Amino acid sequence: MASQDEEMHIDNFASGDSLLHRLDPRIKIVIALLFSVIVAVADRSLCLATAVCFSLALLLIARLSLREVFLRLLAVNGFIFFLWLFLPFTYGGEKLFSIGPLTATWEGVIYALLITVKSNTIVVALIALLATTPIITLGHGLGHLYVPSKLIHLLFFTIRYLQVLHLEYDRLRAAMKVRAFKAGTNLHTYRSLAYLIGMLLIKSFDRADRIRKAMLCRGFHGQFYLLSHFELQKIDVVIFLIMMLVVGGMASLQWIVLK
Amino acid sequence: MDSSEVIIDLKGVSFGYRGNQSQRPVLHELNLQINRGERVGLIGPNGSGKTTLFHLLMGLLKPTQGEIVVFGKKRQEEKDFREVRGKIGLLFQDSDDQLFCPTVAEDVAFGPLNLGKSQEEALEITRQVLESLGLEEFENRLTYKLSGGEKRLISLATVLAMQPEVLVLDEPTTGLDEDTVGRLIQILRSSDLTYLIASHNRDFLSQTTDIVYHLGRGKLERSPDIS
Repeated sequence: MASQDEEMHIDNFASGDSLLHRLDPRIKIVIALLFSVIVAVADRSLCLATAVCFSLALLLIARLSLREVFLRLLAVNGFIFFLWLFLPFTYGGEKLFSIGPLTATWEGVIYALLITVKSNTIVVALIALLATTPIITLGHGLGHLYVPSKLIHLLFFTIRYLQVLHLEYDRLRAAMKVRAFKAGTNLHTYRSLAYLIGMLLIKSFDRADRIRKAMLCRGFHGQFYLLSHFELQKIDVVIFLIMMLVVGGMASLQWIVLK
Repeated sequence: MDSSEVIIDLKGVSFGYRGNQSQRPVLHELNLQINRGERVGLIGPNGSGKTTLFHLLMGLLKPTQGEIVVFGKKRQEEKDFREVRGKIGLLFQDSDDQLFCPTVAEDVAFGPLNLGKSQEEALEITRQVLESLGLEEFENRLTYKLSGGEKRLISLATVLAMQPEVLVLDEPTTGLDEDTVGRLIQILRSSDLTYLIASHNRDFLSQTTDIVYHLGRGKLERSPDIS
């Protein structure tokens, strides 16, 4: 089942029946947005500690496979690893240790730590909140939050044709393989791969043109429509209020100064 | 209404792709008349211009010469063809071009909504069309997860949902298994629409059409009886 293995990782976490899976997507989007913004700008430890607890709680409520979540986090932390290589040595402050001519500072280490905690917290919360909704439903949710329909349809087109393009890529790649193409470090490889990419570009161009024509044939005149509608349930409102309390609490821990 | 009413009339239509002027044009002074209720097949080698002919009919391409008369009116401008597109439904060769919405229901409802139907009416039509094709369980499926045959039938549903008077099908049997082709033949035979089908499949054409034209060297010729 090679094609199954190569299928793209869309909606990996979306199948499930937890409280969060059933929550109205509009609520999830609003909370995810507020939460991410507050965590991104926060620097007080109490606020950040609350945020970490909140996102871990979400993760537990969503009942996702912890192994899968860990693998995703590994990808995020791959980028953060590079920050640890540079930040401690380039940030001014009190000396911690030195390697040859390089001096690491306390402030640098703390800064890198802060970024690590923040990004992981946000990613975990986003996985628990947003990845538990099928991406199509998420798009519809955005539409009902008054995001312009052109942007949403751009998202839909991307999801729809990513798959088609991926298959086209697989076909071209297979066609190269059956004629004994082996990637190496030589001009022939570079040229062939450039042909492959060029071919994909031209094919997408042609396809876009045909899709436009097919749309015109069905009377398209610049107007997009969304058919799904959501109805808020009592439980949605209750959960929304609880989450707003937590997020509001985080904001006040960050910004309200007690005298 | 007169049964021999001419609804499609192409008069001396020529077309050549730009940058290709030195070569023979794809279509050369081609004539075609289709009466209401007629079931017409179109056969011809690859690259003979079948798709081009359909795109000219829908106003997606403009003829370099000649006249296109549909439903008794000469069609020239984009806005003339907007009316045509509401009455002639074109099924594309590649269903991935036709199905662009995330879900089947949204895709089928797209045409009716464009024609000014309300959301409730559009959904009603969608359910009716899917049911009439025996596809009602597909309503909430995601279009990109359908198989090739399913995609073709859903594409047909999206065209039928516009309640056209004429169906134009571009290679409808390509890539379909026997069962799906059989289903398509049944659907077409039980419909009372006027239709025009381009296909390489002579057997399919003989089962679904009354007249078959052969397209070659830019011209149409009545094909010898194939049934």
